[in-house]
Amino acid sequence: MRPIRHLLLAACAFALQAAAADNFITVASTTSTEQSGLFGHLLPIFEKLSGIQVRVVALGTGQALDLARRGDADVVFVHDAAAEEKFIAAGYGIGRAEVMYNDFVLVGPRDDPARVAGGRDITAALKKIEAARSPFVSRGDRSGTHAAELRLWQLAGIDLDRVKGSWYRDAGAGMGPALNTAAAMNAYILADRGTWLAFRNRQNLAIAVAGDRRLFNQYGVMLVNPAKHPHVKQEAGQKFIAWVISAAGQQAIADYRIGGEQLFFPNAKK
Amino acid sequence: MSAWLRLDGLDLVEQGHAIIRAVSLEFAAGRTLILGPNGAGKSTLLRLIHGLLKPSGGGVSWADPLRQAMVFQRPVMLRTTVFKNVLYGLKIAGVDGSERERRTHEALERVGLAPLAKRPARVLSGGEQQRVALARAWALEPQLLFLDEPTASLDPASSREVERIINDFADAGTRLLMTTHNLGQARRLADEIVYLDAGRVLEQTPAAEFFRQPRTAQAAAFIHEELP
Amino acid sequence: MEEIAASLQLAASLIIGADAKLYGIVALSLSVSLAATLIACIVGMPAGAWLAVGRFPGRRALIVLFNGLMGLPPVVVGLLVYLLLSRAGPLGSFGLLFTPAAMVIAQAVLVTPIVAALTRQAIADAWLEYREQLRSLGASRPRAAATLLWDGRFSLTTSALAGFGRAIAEVGAVIIVGGNIDGVTRVMTTTIALETSKGDLPLALALGAILIAVVLALNTAAYFFRNWAARRWG
Repeated sequence: MRPIRHLLLAACAFALQAAAADNFITVASTTSTEQSGLFGHLLPIFEKLSGIQVRVVALGTGQALDLARRGDADVVFVHDAAAEEKFIAAGYGIGRAEVMYNDFVLVGPRDDPARVAGGRDITAALKKIEAARSPFVSRGDRSGTHAAELRLWQLAGIDLDRVKGSWYRDAGAGMGPALNTAAAMNAYILADRGTWLAFRNRQNLAIAVAGDRRLFNQYGVMLVNPAKHPHVKQEAGQKFIAWVISAAGQQAIADYRIGGEQLFFPNAKK
Repeated sequence: MSAWLRLDGLDLVEQGHAIIRAVSLEFAAGRTLILGPNGAGKSTLLRLIHGLLKPSGGGVSWADPLRQAMVFQRPVMLRTTVFKNVLYGLKIAGVDGSERERRTHEALERVGLAPLAKRPARVLSGGEQQRVALARAWALEPQLLFLDEPTASLDPASSREVERIINDFADAGTRLLMTTHNLGQARRLADEIVYLDAGRVLEQTPAAEFFRQPRTAQAAAFIHEELP
Repeated sequence: MEEIAASLQLAASLIIGADAKLYGIVALSLSVSLAATLIACIVGMPAGAWLAVGRFPGRRALIVLFNGLMGLPPVVVGLLVYLLLSRAGPLGSFGLLFTPAAMVIAQAVLVTPIVAALTRQAIADAWLEYREQLRSLGASRPRAAATLLWDGRFSLTTSALAGFGRAIAEVGAVIIVGGNIDGVTRVMTTTIALETSKGDLPLALALGAILIAVVLALNTAAYFFRNWAARRWG
């Protein structure tokens, strides 16, 4: 019986300690941001100088905002300006600030069946892919990346509902799983550069198109409105937001690299 | 001994089959053995009287309520020591702490199992387990002891041991109600015989008379078949 | 094939190197699932025994229900517990969401029907053997249930182990109520899911190997334990 008692005590202690660590905030963010490894680099810096533990729950943008709307997070850190504005207009978010941007890249098979590699014009590339009906994987999960992808198809003048066929695969998944699917299917896919750089299962895929301004992906951070959810950790949350847009925070963001390459470009308004 | 139990037209019907039919008996003897062919309903009758089964009709009337215990053909042992198996019965009976221990020790002495008190009950031999069951019953100080073919699964040496203990019960004043297939055993132990066939009581006869000359032809045939 | 070989090597180096993060994840997985299984046993075993031995209206329906609940999809349990613990939900004020406590709760909900149903089966079998003797001794039904639970303690380890196996292997429930937060609610299964989605398959496989090893070790220990118990106690 004794080992059972000890185990039980250890389990309780662990659980209580994790829950009772009062000095923490919950940040709802996206899977692509988490998987880029940015938080692993950024948060320890903030935690050290503030003593506040930052707990990131990583979901798709839609789910992250839904979580925040229910009051299960203190801060929101996503990259879908339109959705964020709607969130604020509905009264759930306050104090939004722009933080940084990264970009999307069009990734595709090395043998490039749609002949788009090396281009800098994303809408031209999408038109060619649709014309050639080359396999294309979409995230299909209400994420910021998915929203961006849909906007680009629109910009290219392509009505997806009309031309959808077996070449357009809706994965309904996060960035990593969708990339896995694209690698397995040898398909084109729009990915955020961060996840792509950290992705280890590339198989036959490589960057086809990059650098188009329309591929830039703006990140915003905001506090969940304490007026709607009084339990929100207002002070700690605002400390985090303030730091992220401060000179120190912005420098920390710029310092984050994968394989020597910078992923995120700080652009908080001074 | 005056009548301590009366059965009035006891019936048991199960799934359309009549297992016990209109059994009416009065028990006044100290050692009653119930005999009969296979399927006669002997074990069932025992269970009806003890209360493990509910009759479909008729009644069981006790002159005075009696403390009862039962020993089965296959002893049921808990996964614990011999000592604790006997103790368990006393716990349920609501006997006090130190009194429980005293009675358990005494019961184990009585059946000759004191040296095995700390052994796990289920690893003992069949004969030893049956003695544990008897010790468990002994500790409860029953006024009536039911025994359902208690030696049927045992070797001759263990059977003799068990019979000795059963005699001790009777000598101590416990009434016995027992079934057996072993006519020699019945002869040795019984005051009175109840002969059952196809759920009906065919005769209730003092033992000496029954074995000299039973009152019914069926019983006579039965004895003739069974005796070696 | 090479991937599997590479991951087994990686697994070995992580374990031998006593990688602190890895050990933290394994420790959290074990403590969450063990705590959940313990709760499931405390609730489920008496419930199962009572279902086996008791007599009350609706008993049969309850047995069918528990048997059915064994197949509860973890992700559904996760969703339901999330709705309960969310700030917008009835138990939101306890602030349990995204903590190990929430994971324990979700897994306990998932595992209790399994433990109860398996216990019921084991106790029902034992009841057949013990019923007459226990009733002859005058044991009430609750008393009999308690006696059979204790008597069947060794075979009940099988039920507990089945529950634990379910808990430690599931990802659907803990990922929703735990949030897979680095250093707080990240367990073996959610880490495997994360690493796979990042395309870091060798690391995911390495963790998978460790998970399987843990489960196998526990099952082996339980097997020898039951063997020893059968020889010792009969």
